[in-house]
Amino acid sequence: MADSADILETAAQFRRQIGDELHDKLTATIYANAEKIAERSVSYAGAGGAFAFDRKLDRILTSRVWGFPLMVLMLAGVLWLTIAGANVPSAMLASLLQDTVYNLLHATAAALNAPWWLSGFLIDGVYLATAWVVSVMLPPMAIFFPLFTLLEDFGYLPRVAFNLDRLFKRAGAHGKQALTMMMGYGCNAAGVVSTRVIDSPRERLIAIITNNFSICNGRFPTMILIGTIFIGATAPPWLASFIAASSVVAVAILGVIFTLLVSGFLSKTVLKGEASNFSLELPPYRPPQIWQTLYRSIIERTLIVLRRAVIMAAPAGAVVWLIGNIYIGNESVAAHLVGFLNPFGVLIGLNGVILLAYIVAIPANEIVVPTILMLTLNLAKSSLAQAGVMIELEDAAQTQQVLTELGGWTLLTGINLMLFSLLHNPCSTTILTIWNETRSLKWTSIATLLPVALGVGVCFLTATAARLFGLI
Amino acid sequence: MLKQGENKVETACGGCAAAGCGSREPHRRAGGEAQKWDYTIALAGNPNTGKSTIFNALTGLRQHVGNWAGKTVARAEGYFGFNDKKYRVVDLPGTYSLLSTSLDEEIARDYLLFGEPDVTTVVIDATRVERNLHLVLQILEITDRVVVALNLMDEARRNSIRINERNLEKDLGIPVVPMAARRGEGVRELLTAIEKTALNPPAVEPRRFEYLDAALEKAVETLTAQLCETFGNLPNARWVAMRLLEGDESIIAAVRDKTLGTKAENTGLQFPQLAEVK
Amino acid sequence: MTLDKLKAGSSAIVTKIGNANAERRRLLDLGILPGTLIENVMASPLGDPIAYRVRNATVALRREQARLIEVEEINTTE
Repeated sequence: MADSADILETAAQFRRQIGDELHDKLTATIYANAEKIAERSVSYAGAGGAFAFDRKLDRILTSRVWGFPLMVLMLAGVLWLTIAGANVPSAMLASLLQDTVYNLLHATAAALNAPWWLSGFLIDGVYLATAWVVSVMLPPMAIFFPLFTLLEDFGYLPRVAFNLDRLFKRAGAHGKQALTMMMGYGCNAAGVVSTRVIDSPRERLIAIITNNFSICNGRFPTMILIGTIFIGATAPPWLASFIAASSVVAVAILGVIFTLLVSGFLSKTVLKGEASNFSLELPPYRPPQIWQTLYRSIIERTLIVLRRAVIMAAPAGAVVWLIGNIYIGNESVAAHLVGFLNPFGVLIGLNGVILLAYIVAIPANEIVVPTILMLTLNLAKSSLAQAGVMIELEDAAQTQQVLTELGGWTLLTGINLMLFSLLHNPCSTTILTIWNETRSLKWTSIATLLPVALGVGVCFLTATAARLFGLI
Repeated sequence: MLKQGENKVETACGGCAAAGCGSREPHRRAGGEAQKWDYTIALAGNPNTGKSTIFNALTGLRQHVGNWAGKTVARAEGYFGFNDKKYRVVDLPGTYSLLSTSLDEEIARDYLLFGEPDVTTVVIDATRVERNLHLVLQILEITDRVVVALNLMDEARRNSIRINERNLEKDLGIPVVPMAARRGEGVRELLTAIEKTALNPPAVEPRRFEYLDAALEKAVETLTAQLCETFGNLPNARWVAMRLLEGDESIIAAVRDKTLGTKAENTGLQFPQLAEVK
Repeated sequence: MTLDKLKAGSSAIVTKIGNANAERRRLLDLGILPGTLIENVMASPLGDPIAYRVRNATVALRREQARLIEVEEINTTE
């Protein structure tokens, strides 16, 4: 009875007799057969038409001159459509969930004679956070993901990977990381899952760890608000929204730069190794099935967002309410925490309120801004504040007033907040997804802590530089 | 929270075309009565052939996505019913060939070799038939219970490409079903062809490609015999013998580690291990 | 000459593919074998990779991969 070692030995012997060419010969034979069969069945009635169009389009989209600008334009276009398109639905959802239903819930609670702390906890804390996430997150995601899928169906995305590949190659990363990075602009958890297209574990980990530098939909509101209030405000009114939008795009591009830099760093230190095989097929352009894609995509996204809102945002809202309403001594828990965090915060050009808001918002990036506002007002004991309730102010001007006058924010604070928003830890959904995908405590920790460390470092640098040059 | 069961994200990323599901299918789709199906269908094909569209068309939302045992590659499984029989569909990773050393190829190959699906449906792109046939011919070396789904016929029409399915069928010896899955065209015909193949495995030998000289043939026979002795009931032992003669690294490793044939059937959805990186 | 030297728009026939390894197998899988017709379609804006047309499909190869493939150019000005 031959055992496996014998078999291998026999096989090796035969191979020596036969030589190395067997694989080639077999492959060549299969292709020759494929050719023959295809010749008998396939006929090309006219070689021009669609094929020529494809080529022309490709030449433009990957040209030296137009390739990159068109890509930036495409990214900016998708971002703009997402943000602009989400405005009205978000406002509608907000007014429905945060006004109408909210008031209804309170009225019901009052009618039931519920104790203030119960209605506060459940309605102002848990419900409001969930409502906030749904109204802020659902519309943009319902726009971004279908757009992304349409681009994918159309066949444009491999061209992006084609354009960017050299940069990723230099950074020691896999060519498909360009695609997973783009996915991350919708949602980092989705971006992490999409890294499954990368075979090599080493390169996949690089893609996972750096996905956080793609600004996900959840961070858009923060970026836009701060961009508008602090950066746009420095420009003359007619230029303001353009400057504000540019600052957001600039931060997005900064994210790409960080992705490449950190990938390069990782591939030269803890994740050294061979570049794996890379072959990218550029499929023909295909007109996407617009309605079917929209339908399927919107339903999928809605379910995901709703689920996440309930699981992640609700508890966060509870926490926000609790720290705002539980008092130790004269001050709320929130006040204590803020005071504790403030020195460190100021050191890195932020402040205690921001840090606390980020800690509380680990479950969901979207609640950072409302939490900041709540805390600021709460601490200033302003009449605008309802105790421990996350709020949204009427317009940017009012928000700016609150932040600068009550919160003591400066331009540095605004800029650093945008930087920190880019460079902080992934949200808990993403952390859990990373855990699911890697099943490694070590790598999940690195993926979580590396961005924060980077964020703290970068903010510290800008703060110090600003102080050194006497800009503050 | 995106758990492994969330196929929604999976279909929207990773290069699959997430076109809509045609709700016009006449067949019933079986609910998730796990482990209760009559036939298993393996779905194979090159990347970018609309395989996902066909998968979605067959299974609707009755899908589960997890991973192949011990690997990081996503595995999607779905179910449907047709003419009172229940079918399970296993979506194999899109691959160009079964002979390379990438993880995707290994998985597809292992499943076809040792998972023994009742019917293998190979999806090919009507606009790139020659290249796609490479995989079909390789699969035909492993099993003859194959149905070819000639997808993207609408694209072929748009590009003025005409295909004679009769000739293809004759040359390949297996059913060829023209389809435009994202428009819902051809799905019913595909189901019929699958059913026919499942219920009546082919009596006629599909065309085999004889390219072995006498010395090679002897080598293959010797190795095949040895493999059957050592590994017992090994389906496709001859195919394995060929690979050994070619010097296929992963097959050699599988023989050495005696894992040949054991890692094929995934009995459950599992999570990957990237911890082995360091 | 090797494939990476083929200019954009030109076609060639593959004569040999060097290096017996996984890289080579991948190329064979894509349909690039001795005797195959291959055309340089376009380069990425950064110069690398380059898209080639093979058996009615377009595939992007990095320069390192193209260097493994020896080709004989077809003169179209016959």
